[in-house]
Amino acid sequence: MVIASLPSVAQVWDCLDTIADPEIPVITLVDLGIIRDVKWQQDQLVITITPTYSGCPATRVINEDIVSALNHKGVKNLRLERRLSPAWTTDWMSEKGRIALEDYGIAPPEAKGTPARCPQCGGDDLERTSQFGSTPCKALWRCKSCLEPFDYFKCI
Amino acid sequence: MTRDQALFQFLLRLGDSTLILSHRVSEWCGHAPVIEEDIALANTALDLIGQTQFWLELAGEVEGKGRSADDLAYLRDVWDFRNLLLVERPNGDFGKTLMRQFLFDAFQSLMLGKLLKSSDKRVADIAEKASKEVAYHVERSAGTVVGLGDGTPQSHTRMQAALDDLYPYVGEMFVSDAVDAVLIKVGIAPDPASLRADWDALVGRVMQDATLDIPKDAFTHKGGKTGTHTEHLGYILADMQFLQRAYPGAEW
Repeated sequence: MVIASLPSVAQVWDCLDTIADPEIPVITLVDLGIIRDVKWQQDQLVITITPTYSGCPATRVINEDIVSALNHKGVKNLRLERRLSPAWTTDWMSEKGRIALEDYGIAPPEAKGTPARCPQCGGDDLERTSQFGSTPCKALWRCKSCLEPFDYFKCI
Repeated sequence: MTRDQALFQFLLRLGDSTLILSHRVSEWCGHAPVIEEDIALANTALDLIGQTQFWLELAGEVEGKGRSADDLAYLRDVWDFRNLLLVERPNGDFGKTLMRQFLFDAFQSLMLGKLLKSSDKRVADIAEKASKEVAYHVERSAGTVVGLGDGTPQSHTRMQAALDDLYPYVGEMFVSDAVDAVLIKVGIAPDPASLRADWDALVGRVMQDATLDIPKDAFTHKGGKTGTHTEHLGYILADMQFLQRAYPGAEW
């Protein structure tokens, strides 16, 4: 009888780092910083996830994507745990994720609360058009140099 | 009243207020004056519905009768809802919607600030998550109240009318009763009355910037927190609960 070996914790992290955020497909769940813990409890894999925003509709899709990706790796006994505290912060976003966001045209979060530069032309003469954007994690900004609107990933 | 009975009521007050307000705000979807505001209102409603899920899920857990957040939202009638009367007020115009939002956000940001130190970790954890979102809401609603209040003669007149109309509903936020007494004693929640001074200071500053006068009359409508509602809540529930009533257990 052949028993397929279960992935190690490091292999699970690698697998999660291939799952794209459903709304911003250029960054992965690991880039986003929402995976807080991965561990084996006997033969059960426990993944701890923190939501970005309370009502973010992507949360459900993210959970389904995780289950499906790990089922594919042979993990059938899987539990997803939600952790609210400490609350998710954009400080947990990876450097790789920040670069990918900017390449995609979304200004990455900045500690000072405003984008550093226009992701299109690099200009720094910017104005906010709305505190909210197309997803809960973004705000709408406009560059006054190239006159293009862009999304800014809010810093929280 | 036991600690858990009081906590259940308190969680319904929090969760029902965010639920009904989110439903009211979502009525604007596709109708706001400009697209940025439409998106902002929808995002605010989304945050509120997410917070509702946390509060009502915990309420069901504390109650211990196996009711889920959805059961509580969709399968109770008017008299079992514990939301503030303020949040069931009709939207009126855009200015009035944002005035109601600001009066509520100002209270909610103070309440969540105190709940961060709740002796019940489950409550403190939800407060930590929600307070980050509410900090954003209050910044926006305050900014809009100032922009419209200190705007054109027409927007100023409408915002003053909105404040005059809604002000008799703010006092209910600060009413303490036997539920609060139990929770104050065990350090789960603050005395709502203790939040009034900070709320008055915050709202006073914003109304001054908005060139709006706070009504002097201290009359307060109350009853929402104990299940006596205005005629409006039934219509909201008829709209919100229709699908689960007609097709019990439907999922998508």
